[in-house]
Amino acid sequence: MAPILEIVRLSKHFGGLKAVSDFDLTLNEGDLQGLIGPNGAGKTTVFNLVTGVYPVTAGDILFEGHSICGQEPWMINQRGIARTFQNIRLFPNLSVLDNVRVACHAHGGYSTLEAIARLGRFRSHEQAITERARSLLAVFNLLGRQNEIAKNLPYGEQRRVEIARALAANPKVLLLDEPAAGMNPSEVGSLMELIHFIRDRFKLTILLIEHQMRVVMGICEQITVMDFGQVIARGKPEEIQNNPKVIEAYLGRGVSYRTAQ
Amino acid sequence: MKLKLPSWGLLVILLAAGVLIQLAIQLEVINAYWALVLTYMCIAVLSSLGLGIIYGFSGQFSLGHAAFMGLGAYTAALITRYAGVAPWSFAVALVGGMLLAGGVAWLVGLPILRLRSDYLGIATLGFGIIVRVLFENSDKLIPATAGARGMTGIEQPQFVFLWAFLLLLGAVLVARNLRFSSPGRALLSIREDETAANLMGIDVVRYKTIAFVLGCSFAGLAGGLYAHTFLFLHPSNFDFIKSFDPLLIVVLGGLGSITGTIVAGTAWVAVLEGLRLVLPSNILEWRYVIYPVLLIAMMLTRPQGLFGTSEAGVLVPKEETPPAPALETEVTADGAHP
Amino acid sequence: MPPSSLARLASEEESMTYYLQQLLNGIQLGFVYALIALGYTMVYGIVRLINFAHGDVFMVGAFIGYFTLRALSGVTLAANPWLNGVLLSLIAILAAMIVCTALNVTIERIAYKPLRNAPRIAALITAIGVSLFLEYFTSLKFVFGPDYITFPSPLPSQTWQVAGLRFSGVQVLIAVVATVLLLALNYVVRYTKIGKAMRATAFDRDTARLMGINVDLTISFTFGLGAALAGAGGVLYVSAYPRVHTFMGIIPGLKAFTAAVMGGIGSLPGAFVGALIMGLAEVAAKSLYSTMADGVAFLILILVLLIKPSGIFGRAEVEKV
Repeated sequence: MAPILEIVRLSKHFGGLKAVSDFDLTLNEGDLQGLIGPNGAGKTTVFNLVTGVYPVTAGDILFEGHSICGQEPWMINQRGIARTFQNIRLFPNLSVLDNVRVACHAHGGYSTLEAIARLGRFRSHEQAITERARSLLAVFNLLGRQNEIAKNLPYGEQRRVEIARALAANPKVLLLDEPAAGMNPSEVGSLMELIHFIRDRFKLTILLIEHQMRVVMGICEQITVMDFGQVIARGKPEEIQNNPKVIEAYLGRGVSYRTAQ
Repeated sequence: MKLKLPSWGLLVILLAAGVLIQLAIQLEVINAYWALVLTYMCIAVLSSLGLGIIYGFSGQFSLGHAAFMGLGAYTAALITRYAGVAPWSFAVALVGGMLLAGGVAWLVGLPILRLRSDYLGIATLGFGIIVRVLFENSDKLIPATAGARGMTGIEQPQFVFLWAFLLLLGAVLVARNLRFSSPGRALLSIREDETAANLMGIDVVRYKTIAFVLGCSFAGLAGGLYAHTFLFLHPSNFDFIKSFDPLLIVVLGGLGSITGTIVAGTAWVAVLEGLRLVLPSNILEWRYVIYPVLLIAMMLTRPQGLFGTSEAGVLVPKEETPPAPALETEVTADGAHP
Repeated sequence: MPPSSLARLASEEESMTYYLQQLLNGIQLGFVYALIALGYTMVYGIVRLINFAHGDVFMVGAFIGYFTLRALSGVTLAANPWLNGVLLSLIAILAAMIVCTALNVTIERIAYKPLRNAPRIAALITAIGVSLFLEYFTSLKFVFGPDYITFPSPLPSQTWQVAGLRFSGVQVLIAVVATVLLLALNYVVRYTKIGKAMRATAFDRDTARLMGINVDLTISFTFGLGAALAGAGGVLYVSAYPRVHTFMGIIPGLKAFTAAVMGGIGSLPGAFVGALIMGLAEVAAKSLYSTMADGVAFLILILVLLIKPSGIFGRAEVEKV
């Protein structure tokens, strides 16, 4: 069975700065993997490269066997890769419902002409979009907030809206960038359940960037560790936890030495 | 502002009002001067609605709107010069103006629309000036336009106010239908966060182009009406300064609000004309001193404009804000239930 | 400067001189545009505002220069007519600079400062309002009046010939004063504390504030500095093109602004280079197709934006996603 997402020797240079060097990662259908590393390691840059925000300097990204390098972000999204953001990027002045409905447009929309003339697919598709968006919001317990303006929502709810919005695009692969950021322990627990749930319910493959180790160790089946743009370790949670290179990357050289004693 | 009348009823009332006003003009109950003012109100709002689609909906800062109005104006005027102002030929002229404006917008948009907002403003400003220079030299190519001397000899079609009024109603309907639709939401998302919209599957360049072409077509249509209302065209009528007028109207009304554009556009013409009446003739020039002061005061006190982003209830389709569920079936403090 | 006709080119030597002359004219015009363009670029750099009213500050400078000279008419400051002319011109320039600075700082406090946290378009619309106000208010009879006025340059009108090129006193004055002002600006921005504050605030306003910089003062200073240059530019401009009227600032302002964008808005060297290009392009276009001259400059702008959207010296901002 071919992997659904294959990142091969990916590199990104910003002028002299090597943000990502020789990065590789393979996702098989249904995986739930984690990408961790200290701040500035290049994790979000990898997401940006996969989703087409930055052009790739070297290497390749294969989605369902086809290279997606050089494609526009919207094309990559329509192929089946969706994401959330490290710093929330909802459409601030639109309602929660509209935020999610926007992401329904690519797969369930209709043309501008049909919209203006209120003909053809308008009625049926508009209804379908609204129902789909509302059912997604219901999954995230946000249906009561559907008419609220996104920027007025509390932080935790905004994060959930972002995930709901990403799912509205009907993706096969979901990239979550620090979904637990700013959450309290009970919220984190629910998030972990949520991620498992959506992986099964929507048949997703999930790659998540996270700093909260409880989430990473708790739900990820495989973890890739980055530092200075490169992969420094990969394996199951137990293996990563005791890997001296990983400890060193997070806490500095002296600590791992003492641990080894 | 929630005006809950059944939409069809309102439409009928408006149509009747338009016909009545036109009748009053024919019978000279409304004199020629005020007929001009009322017609100009429709034209100004129509043009501003176009900019509302470009800037209000999709967030593209265009300062070349007057140039597209000019393209529509000259095109329509040239067509009626040869085809006359019978209803059918006038319609052809107006459509011709729209198509030219839209076509040029498409061409210009190809390279320009990928520029960042401020730079787009400057590029469209520059385009507007280039077009004005072309208008001034247009008599070298098409003598009838008379270049910098100004084009005269434009005939006024019958019932020109009604034309303007009905086309305005049509434009409002188009803008409203677009606003409350999936492509419309795509435009709004581009305004809100272009990169995020792109990453959510919206072909940003395509939708920016759609908005730009549609908006400039409105300007072209308004231009065609303008030509056949004022019967004289001069390149300075479409100078870059004139592009500030629809911009002011759109911002004053509230960026993204169709209702706001209608109210602000009408008020803007009314204030300028009203000041002309109210001020004694020896200080008439104070009109253009008071107007910017009002503008500044407005921005300082209410920068989001009269209506912000909201619409009059009559424009909003009833499916737009679904009622929140009466029963919270999944009530927990956090997370979801499968 | 009347548009030169190509028919005047009789011999190769003459044409060489002609082109050099046009080059000098273009550079001179460019220097004046630079004085205006720098104000646009500094203000944009520090508060991200396209100050549409800047061209009208330039206009006010021209008028102040005119009124100063009118007030001093008949006053002789030196026996030598050249020295007298230069001194009078310098006083006019200084007066213009002072008034324009005060004007712009006042405008900033009243109209732009309250909108610093409002959506950017609000400040932009306000700037348009200020521009219209300045143009129409000053055209009222009891202010500057609606008529066209001829600027009475106090310099003797004789010209010198050097290597076949003609120089007038006005041209020398423009060249010298503009150069001095530009060098002074460069010094202020690069070597003084306030200059550093300006650069810091333009880079990141909140952090600058946290570092103890008085951001309000720095912004006011920037507006004032830009206005001083524009005011001087106004007097210099009408020394060469003596028609003064309240709408004279619109087109030169627009051209200067275009120059700033071409050079990369926010970049001071960019504004200078852009202004030179603008001046040269305008003079070249006037001598070839005088009726299309305005359009050529904007055509160049659009070409530059299409090739390098952030302008010649502009830094392409990489968006953080």
